[in-house]
Amino acid sequence: MNGSLTGAGALARFGFRRDRIMLPLWLYLLAATVLGTAWSFQQLYRTPAQIAAFAAGITGNAAVISITGPAYDLTSLGSLVMWRVGTWAGAFTGLMSLLLVLRHTRAEEEAGRLELVGSTVVGRHAALTAGLVIAGAANVLIGAVNAVGLIAFGLPVVGSLALGLSMCLTGWVFAALAALAAQLTESAGAARGLAASVLGVAFLLRAAGDAGATGGLGWLSWISPLGWGPRLRPFADERWWVLAIPLLATLVLTVGAYALISRRDFGAGLLASRPGPAVAARSLASPLALAWRLHRGALIGWTTGFAVFGAVIGNLAPSIAGMLRSSPQTATIMARLGGQGGLTDLFLSAMFGLFGLVSSAYAVQATLRLRTEESGQRTEPLLATGVGRIRWAASHVVLALAGTAVLLLAAGLTAGLVEGAHDGTVGHTLGRVLTAALVQVPAAWVLAGVGVLLFGVLPRFAVASWAAVVIVVLLGELGSTLRLPQAVLDVSPFTHVPKLPGGAVTGTQMVGLVTVIIVAAVLTVVGLVGFRRRDIDTQ
Amino acid sequence: MTNAISVSGLHKSFGRTRALDGLDLTVATGEVHGFLGPNGAGKSTTIRVLLGLLRADAGQVRLLDGDPWRDAVSLHRRLAYVPGDVTLWPTLSGGEVIDLLGRLRGGLDQKRRAELLERFDLDPTKRGRAYSKGNRQKVALVAALASDVELLILDEPTSGLDPLMEEVFRECIVDERRAGRTVLLSSHILAEVEALCDRVSIIRNGRTVESGSLAELRHLRRTALSAELAGDPDGLADLPGVHDLSIEGNRVRCEVDTAHLDAVLAVLGKAGVRGLTSQPPTLEELFLRHYDDAPRTAEQPASAGAVR
Repeated sequence: MNGSLTGAGALARFGFRRDRIMLPLWLYLLAATVLGTAWSFQQLYRTPAQIAAFAAGITGNAAVISITGPAYDLTSLGSLVMWRVGTWAGAFTGLMSLLLVLRHTRAEEEAGRLELVGSTVVGRHAALTAGLVIAGAANVLIGAVNAVGLIAFGLPVVGSLALGLSMCLTGWVFAALAALAAQLTESAGAARGLAASVLGVAFLLRAAGDAGATGGLGWLSWISPLGWGPRLRPFADERWWVLAIPLLATLVLTVGAYALISRRDFGAGLLASRPGPAVAARSLASPLALAWRLHRGALIGWTTGFAVFGAVIGNLAPSIAGMLRSSPQTATIMARLGGQGGLTDLFLSAMFGLFGLVSSAYAVQATLRLRTEESGQRTEPLLATGVGRIRWAASHVVLALAGTAVLLLAAGLTAGLVEGAHDGTVGHTLGRVLTAALVQVPAAWVLAGVGVLLFGVLPRFAVASWAAVVIVVLLGELGSTLRLPQAVLDVSPFTHVPKLPGGAVTGTQMVGLVTVIIVAAVLTVVGLVGFRRRDIDTQ
Repeated sequence: MTNAISVSGLHKSFGRTRALDGLDLTVATGEVHGFLGPNGAGKSTTIRVLLGLLRADAGQVRLLDGDPWRDAVSLHRRLAYVPGDVTLWPTLSGGEVIDLLGRLRGGLDQKRRAELLERFDLDPTKRGRAYSKGNRQKVALVAALASDVELLILDEPTSGLDPLMEEVFRECIVDERRAGRTVLLSSHILAEVEALCDRVSIIRNGRTVESGSLAELRHLRRTALSAELAGDPDGLADLPGVHDLSIEGNRVRCEVDTAHLDAVLAVLGKAGVRGLTSQPPTLEELFLRHYDDAPRTAEQPASAGAVR
């Protein structure tokens, strides 16, 4: 162990520098979610009577509670905030933490950069320690900002601190979990998959436990790291001893990670990777077949996620109307968000708007595979065979575009089937919901088009396509609340997507939709032509 | 005899960096051509222009009687390329990569594939991420050598191979030459070039400084002499072509340009030779002289040249 931590401080400082854009974005996202909810609840429910009316919709609604987590004190605004976003904020803090830790440990090791660093004066445990320090500090910051923000809104100090602590400690647990996962697998992708699966299972356990609490399933929430935050009961007579559980889990997982790193070789994982086939399958004979191999894992993961959330939304839709109706203010707000019909339709169209925004993240991620392949020097050997540039680039673009459509199709399908199954109207519901999902596709394609354009014309700035996603998300989620001018809102392709289900698509909306498709096509074609004319750039 | 590759006056700049500055290169069909130069001389840039991955700023480039930029796809079916730094897809096995690259080139000789795997002692079932640098190199080499192509473009193909595997590689290149294939072999392993190549082009700072057969380049070489004499070698220091002369008592050491060997031996003979050793110059020395004796470029410390 002697000197095994040497250099951890330098690595951590370097890591913070590398993350100087990503970390503030996460911090902003997580603070905006919690504090934004607190702010809007304060605006909506000013009197105890209003709070009580709102709360009446929650109690006993297992579907809602499975999504959001349990509500403990229905008279306290703070507790309602915790109920509404606390669990999700914890889950996202966990996601951030596991991504952060893996990015600074296994991803670096796999890329071979750590070997370079490791040969300098850096101890064996330095990188792991640096990753944990970065994630640990980021979580403290997130907890602190949220706690201070809630106190500033006038919520009780003790409860605010408890909510901040619940986020911070959930993040710690998943940071430590990722540190352990990083020792198990050889590839960062597999470690990410492993840690993210634990996060997913934790969410499902908590959802089942919370929904079935009255039926004796409550213990499930206790074995889920995402169940511990709510059980601290911020703003509802805090139970401080619950803090010991995440602290202990963090400690055990961290000790485990350090024990494992001392037992394995550099670059190796404890789970041996399975050998591959000695001969390629007959089908692996085209750029498209290769691209499918490279995209398939991510696409399956994303599709599963979309299908699951589609089912959740479909399950929630029939009961949401009753819940919203009990609070006239919420109904007004929902109407202002731009729906056209009944409350259920409003809810569904808002949800599919969200699916559309999230699918644009997949579209960009899949498109940017072009750039990672190029800068990873895996493109040149292919282009040095009988494969033309357009054929190679198109293979990834086709999968990015088709994949985006598959995601939305999956969400629409499960949402339609589950909602229809409630009242036996699948035939009627499925078509409506599927249409609502599929009208989002062209808008998400525009984001893929931005990615292709940058890749073809300014390859070193291709990663800036993510900025387009952020802009579109901000315009979509905050644009109407902030009452931005229409000209600004029109920048986002999602502004031109008809709000479905509910209402018929007007001629103007059809024109808008077709325009969006044309824009996506033009961006893609210009990008591909640009790529054919430029140098291959492996920098 | 036709030329598989002919390049003249090739220029390529990246921003303000001038990578190629009037490079010339001619590779005759059927020959193994050594492409020598230190790191950063422009070898890989030249190869990437030849493959149509980079567009030339100026100059003439012909590859297999085609334009490497315009006719890239049809030309690439007739050649195989091994990059200097092979990166593989982490989730694909070595065998899959070999088959994929072979198929995209238009076919793979299965018998030769099996034979090469055997010779290079390569396990094709490992995943891309699990291979060492040397093994990644082997994957690319097997894929290239098992393809039925006219031209092999190899960019420092033995970097990362152990000496045993270097020997296997040399045997393979000898086979390729026998089969009538053209090979462009960039390298800074001089013994390899000396052993394998018919002709050599030496480049430096993006320019060709020498090109010719190993015999033609002999005039550049010096012979190292060490003699034990009976008397004083009068006038040895004044002869042209004598370098690094040192006289200690009756021991004389010097390096002599091969063209002036005659006159030097006459002077030594007059003094009476008791013992004489001469060392034939290796390509190594030739190479060193081209890159170490030449005037330093601006970014390197000027003193390094002055000290010599």
